[in-house]
Amino acid sequence: MSENKTSPEQSRRIRVLVAKPGLDGHDRGAKVVARALRDAGMEVIYTGLRQTPEMIAEAALQEDVDVVGLSILSGAHMALAPRILDLLKANGQSHVKVFLGGIIPDEDLPRLKEMGVTGVYGPGANTEDIINDIRGALAEKA
Amino acid sequence: MLAGDRLSLARLLTRVENDSPEGRAALVELFPYTGKAHLIGVTGAPGTGKSSLVNQLALHYRRQADQRVAIVAVDPSSPFTGGAVLGDRVRMRDLSGDPQVFIRSMASRGSLGGLAQATAGMVQVFDAAGFDVILIETVGAGQSEVDIARLAHTTLVVEAPGLGDDIQAIKAGILEIADILVINKADRPGVENTERALKSTLELAHPAQRIFLHHGQVMEVKSGDLRSAQGDISTMWIPPIQKTVSTEGRGIPELVEAIARHAEHLRQSGDWVARERARLEVELEMLIQEALLARFREDVPAQKVQQVIEQMVKRDLSPWEAVKSLMNGRSK
Ligand SMILES: Nc1nc2c(ncn2[C@@H]2O[C@H](COP(=O)(O)OP(=O)(O)O)[C@@H](O)[C@H]2O)c(=O)[nH]1
Ligand SMILES: [Mg+2]
Repeated sequence: MSENKTSPEQSRRIRVLVAKPGLDGHDRGAKVVARALRDAGMEVIYTGLRQTPEMIAEAALQEDVDVVGLSILSGAHMALAPRILDLLKANGQSHVKVFLGGIIPDEDLPRLKEMGVTGVYGPGANTEDIINDIRGALAEKA
Repeated sequence: MLAGDRLSLARLLTRVENDSPEGRAALVELFPYTGKAHLIGVTGAPGTGKSSLVNQLALHYRRQADQRVAIVAVDPSSPFTGGAVLGDRVRMRDLSGDPQVFIRSMASRGSLGGLAQATAGMVQVFDAAGFDVILIETVGAGQSEVDIARLAHTTLVVEAPGLGDDIQAIKAGILEIADILVINKADRPGVENTERALKSTLELAHPAQRIFLHHGQVMEVKSGDLRSAQGDISTMWIPPIQKTVSTEGRGIPELVEAIARHAEHLRQSGDWVARERARLEVELEMLIQEALLARFREDVPAQKVQQVIEQMVKRDLSPWEAVKSLMNGRSK
C-alpha cells in the first residue's frame, strides 16, 4: 500500500530536554536557550527549576530525547554532570548527547569532556554556536 | 514492550509519532490489546491550569485507586520554524519518581501523519502497555483539538476566571465537546461570573437542542424528542460544572467522582460502545484518506498534475473536469 516516503529532512525533529539541576534559583539563561533551540526548529522539553539527576534522567527516558541540556550555575557541575551521565547510561540512553551551560572554570573542562559531556558553554555563549554544535554532534552519530 | 520496559515504550512512542514503518507494524500487533483504558481529554485555553489539573488527577488516580497513568501533553509548535517549547512537565513534577506514571510531551506539528492520528497511535501504545487511565492534554484552539477530543471517552473543558469577560471555550468553539466543565483557579476572584456565564451557555445548548451520539450516529435531538430518542430522559448526560484549585488539589476528588459518573453513564447508556465505534470510524476514515492520497500520488505523475493545473489556469479545464481526468488517467 502507501509507501513511506520519509526523507531524511522530513524525519523527526531534534528533541532536547532542557533541565536545571541543583538548587540555584533562576532559569532565565535556560529559557533563552530553550527559545533559541525552538527557533532553530527543535522540540524542547522544558522541565523547570530544581530537578534532581533522577528526575532529569527519567524525563529524558520518557521523552526519548536526543540531547540533554543542563544549566548549572551553582558550581555543583562536577557532582551533577557525572551523576546524570551515569543515570542516562544505566537507562540505556548512552547515545544521548549532554551539553552543559553555566559558570564552569576552565580547569574543569578536560574532566567534563572525559566524562562524556559533549559541549560546555559559559554565560556569554552564542546560541548559534550551541545550535550548530548540537546539529554537528547528532550528525556525527548518524 | 508489553512486558513494561520503559525505554522500549519510549522508543515505540517515537516511532508511532513519526509514523514510521516500524511504528505502523507495531500498532498492528498491539491493536488486539487495546480498548481497556479510560481515555480522558483535558482541553482549554493556555494558562487555565490544564497541566496542573492533569498533575492532580494523576496523583489522585495513583494514590486512591492505584491505577497506572499515562499522560500525553500536546503543546503548539511554532508556525514559523516548526520548533516548540513543551513546558507541561514543569507542572507535573509531583509525578516524577513513580514508575507507574509515564508522561510524554508532543509538539502539535511534530508528526508527519497529522496530530490527531499520531495522538491516536500513541494512546493505543499506552493502552496496550496496560495503563488504566490515559490523560490527553491539548490547547483548545483548533479543529485538531476537537479531533483529539473525539478520541477520548470523557472530555474535560477547562475554564478559569480572570481571563477576560468571555468564556474562552465559547470563543474557541470547544464547549460543545465538553462532558465535564471545569472551572479551575476557583481561588481567584470572578468564579461566580464564570459559572453564571457557563450555565447560561449550557442552558442555551441543552436540552433545547443538543447533538449527541446515539448508537454511533450523531443525532440532533430537539427537546420534544428526548424521550423517544433514547427511551428515557435520564439517559441524557448533562455536563456538570466542577470547581477546582489545581495548585492545592481542592475539588479534585469531586472531579474524579464526576469522571467516574460519566464513565458509568457511558457504559449504562451504551454510549461507551457507541463512542468507541465512532472513534474507530473516524480513525479509519483518516487512514483511508491518507492511503488513497498516497496511492494517487504514486499512480499519477506530478508532471501530469502540473499539466492539468496549466489547463485550469487557462480556463480550458474546470476543477471538476481536472479531477475526472486525473482519476481516469491513473495507470493502475
Ligand atoms: N491561583 C491558581 N493558580 C493556578 C491554579 N491552577 C494552575 N495555576 C497556575 O496557573 C499557571 C498556568 O498553569 P498550567 O497548569 O501551566 O496551565 P495550562 O497552560 O493550561 O497547562 C501556573 O502558574 C499555575 O501555577 C489554581 O487552581 N489556582
Ligand atoms: Mg499545559
